[in-house]
Amino acid sequence: MDFLLEPLTYQFMQRGLIASVIVGILCAVMGTYVVLRGMAFLGDAMAHAILPGVAIAYIFQGDLLIGAGVAAILVALSIGFFSKAGTIKEDTAIGILFAAALSLGVALISTIQTYAVDLSHILFGNVLGVSVSDLWLIAGLSFLILLTVGIFYKQFLVISFDPVLAATLRLPAELLRNLMLILLSLTVVVSLQTVGVSLAAAMLVTPAATAYLITKRLFPMMLVSALIGAISSIVGLYISYYFNIVSGSAIVLTATLLFLLGFLYKRVKSI
Amino acid sequence: MTHTPHRLEVHHANIGYGNKIILNDLSFQIPHGARVAVVGPNGAGKSTLFKTLVGLLPLQSGKILIHGESLGAHKDCVAYIPQREEVDWKFPVTVYDVVMMGRYGQRGWLSRPSKQDKEIVNNSLEKMGIANLAKQSIGELSGGQQQRVFLARAISQEPHILLMDEPFTGVDVTTQETTLNLLDHLREKEVTMMISTHDLNLAASRFDYVLLLNHKLIAFGKPPAVFVKENLAQAFGNSLLVMENGMMLVDECCPPDEEHHHTKSVVE
Repeated sequence: MDFLLEPLTYQFMQRGLIASVIVGILCAVMGTYVVLRGMAFLGDAMAHAILPGVAIAYIFQGDLLIGAGVAAILVALSIGFFSKAGTIKEDTAIGILFAAALSLGVALISTIQTYAVDLSHILFGNVLGVSVSDLWLIAGLSFLILLTVGIFYKQFLVISFDPVLAATLRLPAELLRNLMLILLSLTVVVSLQTVGVSLAAAMLVTPAATAYLITKRLFPMMLVSALIGAISSIVGLYISYYFNIVSGSAIVLTATLLFLLGFLYKRVKSI
Repeated sequence: MTHTPHRLEVHHANIGYGNKIILNDLSFQIPHGARVAVVGPNGAGKSTLFKTLVGLLPLQSGKILIHGESLGAHKDCVAYIPQREEVDWKFPVTVYDVVMMGRYGQRGWLSRPSKQDKEIVNNSLEKMGIANLAKQSIGELSGGQQQRVFLARAISQEPHILLMDEPFTGVDVTTQETTLNLLDHLREKEVTMMISTHDLNLAASRFDYVLLLNHKLIAFGKPPAVFVKENLAQAFGNSLLVMENGMMLVDECCPPDEEHHHTKSVVE
């Protein structure tokens, strides 16, 4: 029992744990769309694309989340702009913007004195540095994102499963796709603090992929994915505490282990 | 003399992607409750026509009217049954979920399924003989069952116009029969049906009208009037063989970008 409670005597650990669990659940739920719509590359790109925004906010000592949010939405809209009407393919647009944003981000960060430490926090998260106001922001944004998913559950289901039906039912598919991109970028922004940009993509894909293996409807897939995301965050954080490794890595590795278990289960079951 | 508007009117429609026009200057009128076979060689523009009618492709020019009003004015009155290859069968949805999607157009954006919606879904499942499969994932079904799921969804949409892309290709006899029975049932409800098929015998024997396409309208009318040598030669070119006794053979092999299936049809 002490083993479980000891870390929680520190307030920064309590905040870190709450933040990780919220982010774990949020990424896992949004991740179901990422997995089902084949947007893993986009998620990864989005995560890196916010780097310049974070760097600028950092340099001018503004709020990192706001910097990240502005950058993410700019990139999401740029991807839409460049790939509109088939000028270039979407994944090409993503590839170009992803690389450009990452380079710009690193260039900006490299002008800062404490370059190495800052970069590692941004890339891999610094869950133990979550302040009370950060926590409120994380909780508030997560609630809004999940609420939106709840409201548009039907519409997102149809545009993901059958775009032709969406057209037949005259759903505003373009608008819904953009809304989903914005939700995705906000999700990445929220995960910045706990798992960092380079691991946010993993939290978007891995729990959802595991849930995909063991469920057969979208809603249960979301629930199982959320559960896996939450468990990974909790277990990962304890591992990080006791073995003194970076929390983001520990969380993602736990999620990966659960994926492997799910994969094995699926294989054994199908034999 | 006044007429009720035709169910579907197409006036000088040019249809295509970007600058590429696939169907040129298409004009035809389909009356209430007619059953139309859409026939033509691969790549003739059959799927393109359907995609335009459901609103997936914009019209380059011309007009499409449903009940005398332009496309899109009637929200839910067109249902489309996709080709099997167009569906992601690994998507985590059950048979029930898919059929319920057919009701999404009838409901408000935020409302939950009403009792009536559920009833319609259950009836549709019943009608297609797949009520016992309601809780199965669509990926676990046989090809014929999968097609019936989408037929059930189309019924639950309560459409005025039903579009089906190649429903008779690569399905078992039971599904083919169920499909044809469904068409008879829908005819009683005066649903207008447009069905693309390679089966020219079926087109000639079980349909009121035939729409023969090859990048433009070649002929539209009753099957005996459409299936004449000149029209078929124009549509199928060298794939058409005319025998001395008047028998005509059409051979289409190896459609581009699709499964390689070999279709041979004989028309008297």
